[in-house]
Amino acid sequence: MIKFFLMVNKQGQTRLSRYYEHVEINKRTMLEAEVIKNCLSRSKDECSFIEYKDFKLVYRQYAALFIVVGIDQTENEMAVYELIHNFVEVLDKYFSRVVSETLNLLCNIFSLSKLW
Amino acid sequence: MPAPIRLRELIRTIRTARTQAEEREMIQKECAAIRSSFREEDNTYRCRNVAKLLYMHMLGYPAHFGQLECLKLIASQKFTDKRIGYLGAMLLLDERQDVHLLMTNCIKNDLNHSTQYVQGLALCTLGCMGSSEMCRDLAGEVEKLLKTSNSYLRKKAALCAVHVIRKVPELMEMFLPATKNLLNEKNHGVLHTSVVLLTEMCERSPDMLAHFRKLVPQLVRILKNLIMSGYSPEHDVSGISDPFLQVRILRLLRILGRNDDDSSEAMNDILAQVATNTETSKNVGNAILYETVLTIMDIKSESGLRVLAINILGRFLLNNDKNIRYVALTSLLKTVQTDHNAVQRHRSTIVDCLKDLDVSIKRRAMELSFALVNGNNVRGMMKELLYFLDSCEPEFKADCASGIFLAAEKYAPSKRWHIDTIMRVLTTAGSYVRDDAVPNLIQLITNSVEMHAYTVQRLYKAILGDYSQQPLVQVASWCIGEYGDLLVSGQCEEEEPIQVTEDEVLDILESVLISNMSASVTRGYALTAIMKLSTRFTCTVNRIKKVVSIYGSSIDVELQQRAVEYNALFKKYDHMRPALLERMPVMEKVTTNGPAEIVQTNGETETAVLETKPPPSGLQPANQANDLLDLLGGSDITPVIPTAPPSKPASGGELLDLLGDLNLTGIPSITAYNKNGLKIEFTFERSNTNPSVTVITIQASNSTELDMTDFVFQAAVPKTFQLQLLSPSSSVIPAFNSGTITQVIKVLNPQKQQLRMRIKLTYNHKGSAMQDLAEVNNFPPQSWQ
Repeated sequence: MIKFFLMVNKQGQTRLSRYYEHVEINKRTMLEAEVIKNCLSRSKDECSFIEYKDFKLVYRQYAALFIVVGIDQTENEMAVYELIHNFVEVLDKYFSRVVSETLNLLCNIFSLSKLW
Repeated sequence: MPAPIRLRELIRTIRTARTQAEEREMIQKECAAIRSSFREEDNTYRCRNVAKLLYMHMLGYPAHFGQLECLKLIASQKFTDKRIGYLGAMLLLDERQDVHLLMTNCIKNDLNHSTQYVQGLALCTLGCMGSSEMCRDLAGEVEKLLKTSNSYLRKKAALCAVHVIRKVPELMEMFLPATKNLLNEKNHGVLHTSVVLLTEMCERSPDMLAHFRKLVPQLVRILKNLIMSGYSPEHDVSGISDPFLQVRILRLLRILGRNDDDSSEAMNDILAQVATNTETSKNVGNAILYETVLTIMDIKSESGLRVLAINILGRFLLNNDKNIRYVALTSLLKTVQTDHNAVQRHRSTIVDCLKDLDVSIKRRAMELSFALVNGNNVRGMMKELLYFLDSCEPEFKADCASGIFLAAEKYAPSKRWHIDTIMRVLTTAGSYVRDDAVPNLIQLITNSVEMHAYTVQRLYKAILGDYSQQPLVQVASWCIGEYGDLLVSGQCEEEEPIQVTEDEVLDILESVLISNMSASVTRGYALTAIMKLSTRFTCTVNRIKKVVSIYGSSIDVELQQRAVEYNALFKKYDHMRPALLERMPVMEKVTTNGPAEIVQTNGETETAVLETKPPPSGLQPANQANDLLDLLGGSDITPVIPTAPPSKPASGGELLDLLGDLNLTGIPSITAYNKNGLKIEFTFERSNTNPSVTVITIQASNSTELDMTDFVFQAAVPKTFQLQLLSPSSSVIPAFNSGTITQVIKVLNPQKQQLRMRIKLTYNHKGSAMQDLAEVNNFPPQSWQ
C-alpha cells in the first residue's frame, strides 16, 4: 500500500505532498526533511529503494526535483518505480516541461485533484 | 476590501522568501486575510481562499479553520467550488474531526448527481476519508454505482468499495453480486480497480477466497491477452502492454493459488509463459518478472517452475542495475527457507554483494549470507563475514555481530575456531556487541574446558592495549578472574605461552576499574575478578585486600556494596573464602534459544534454577554470597518448577557427573517397570545438605528387536511431595539393549513420607503407539527416610 507521495526539491522544499494515512502536521515536515536527507545522500549508482523505519522509500530524481513514494512490504518496488515515471510522463504531457515549470504545476492544483 | 490574491501570486510571493522566518511571516499575513474573508461570508472568493489555504497546509502550516469553508464549498452548486471543496475535505478532514459527518448528506446527493464528474468527486472523497458511519450510510449508493454502465464511474466506485470494505468489513457481502461481471470489462481502468477490489476481498475473508477461486481461468485468460496482444497505444509502457494490470493480476493469482493445488495447476502455464516471454531489457519487464517469481514461490507450483524462478533471480543478481539486484536479494531471502539448495548455488554472488557500496544491497546480502551458512561452508562464509564486519557501517555492526555469534554457535567446526571467531568479533566490533551476548559468551568459554588457558591468554593480550570496548573488557575480566592462575603459570598448549606476573594482571584490572571509559557494569566485573584472584594468586593477596577496601567507599552503590561484602569476606569469613570463590563449574544449556535450564552446583547447595534466559553468571556474586550464607544457616530450599520439554538430547549424562560430589551412600537401585521388553531402573542419590531431596536417575532399556521411538516418561507423586523432571537424554530407545535413555527426577519430600510414584509411559513400537500406567511401590527406605 502506498503510504505517501512526495515531490521535494533539492533544497528540501516540498512541492507536493499527499498522505494516504493520517500523519500529524508537524510530523509531516520532519518526515519530509528526513526523507530528502536520505535521498540526497545517495549517489547516482546506488539503488532507488531505501529502507526507512518500517516502510520502504522508492525515489526517482528528475533534475532538481525528487519524487519519493513511501510503500509498505506488500508492494512491488519496481512496479512503483515505473509508476513514478508514468506519473511524470502524464504530467509532462498535460502541463509540458514539468520539471522546470513546477510553478505551473502547482498553479493547476485544481486539475491535479482529478488525478487523485 | 480588495479581492484576495490568486493562488499563483501567493506561490510566487512565498517563493521569494529567503528565510524560514520570512516565509512564516508572509503566510501568517495571508492567513489573517483569509480568515477575515471567511468571516465576511464571501461566496465569490471562497474557492480561491480555500485553495490558498490548502497550499499552505501542504507546506506544513495549520489550516483547520478552513474545514467548515470546505463544507460550504461542497454544498455549492458550482462545479469549480465543489472541486476545491472536495479536495479540501480530502486533505483537511478525517474521522477525527466531528465536522466530517456533516458531509454525509452532501455526498449522498452528489452520488446521485446528473453529472458524472460530480459523482466521481463524491466517490473519490468517500473513498479517501470516509469514516465507518459514513461508509455504512453510503455503501448502498456505492454498490449501485458499481453496477452502472459508465466505466468512468465504475472504476471509481470499485476503489471506493475497497475503502468501504477496509473500514467496515461486514459490508463485504453487499458487494458480492456486483463483482460477478467486473472481470468481463474491456476497459483497463475498470479491470484494474476490479482486480484491486477482488484482492482486498480475498485477503480479508477466506470464504470469499474460496468463492473467487473459480475466477482463476478468467484471470489467466485476461493475462494471456495482455501478453499476446500487439501494440496498443493507450496501454503501452516501453513496449509492454499495461504492466500495472499484469502485476495486479499476478498478485491476485498469488493469493488465489496459495495452498490450493487446482488453482496452482491452472496457473502453471501462464506463469511459465510470462516468465519466458517478458522482455528484460527495460525495468518494466523486470518488474513483471519479479512479481511472477514471487507468485511462483508462493503457490504450489511444480518443481520445474520453481527452478525457472530461481534461475531468473540468479540472472537478476548478475545484472548491473542496482535496483534489480536489490530486488533479487529480497526475494531470495524470502525463498531461502524453502529452496535452500537452489539458493546455495548463488552463494558466491551473494557474498560478493557484501562488498557493494550500496547500503540497501549490503543489508540484504548480509541477511541472506547468514541464512545460507551451514556446516560445510561455515569457515569460508565466516571469513567473508568477519571481513564485512571490519569494514561495514556502524548501523550494521550490531546485527552482524549477533548473526556471527549465532552462526558460530550452530556450526563451529572446532572449539578453538569458535573461540578465535568470538575473539575476532570482540576485538573488531567490541563496542557494538549486544549486552546479552556477554553472558552467552562467558557460558561458552566455561564449557570449552581444554581451551581455558588459551582463551584467557588471548583475552589478556586483547585488553592489554585497549580497554575501551565494554563487552570485550567484561568478558576478559571475567575470564581473568576465573582462570588467572592458568595465565600466570604459562600453561597454554595452543599458543606460545606468555610470561605474565600476578602484578601485571592486577595492574590491568585496576586500570579498568579506574578508567573513565569503563561502564559501571564493567567495573563490577573487574572488581569481582580481582576478588576471585585472591584465592588463585599467592603473592599479591595484600594488594587485593587494599584495592577492595578502597572501593568500600566508592560513590557507585553497586561497587560499594560489592567491596564492602568482599571486605567482610576477608575479615570475618576468611575460612569460607576459598570455597566461595572456587572455579565455576560447567554450565548446562538444554536449548540455545528459548527456555534454558541451568543447574549450578557449587558443591554446597543444590538449588536448580529454571530461567527464561541464561542468567548473567558472575554478575552478582555478592548477592550469591549472601544467599549462600543464608542457606548455610539452614533455610528452606526454593520451590521446584516444572520441566522444560525434551526437545533436544540434553544433559542427562553430564548431570550425573555434576552430581558426582553428592553423597552416594550406596542406596540399592530398583527395577521400577519391566514389561514387553521395556525395563526401567531407578538409581538413587541423596543430597548431603538437604535431607529432603532425593535424586532419582531412571534408565530405560529395550530388549526387543525393534527400536522404541517417541518415548515419553511421565511421573506423578502424592500431594505431600514435589517433583521435578529434567529433560531426557533422548526419545529413542535402541533395540537389543544397545543403549538407554537416562532421565533425572528430583523429589522433594519434606515430610519424610514413604515414596510412592505412579508412572505413565508412551512410546511407538513396531509401528503402533503403546501406552502403559504403572505404580512404583518398592522404593528402598534409604531413599526417603
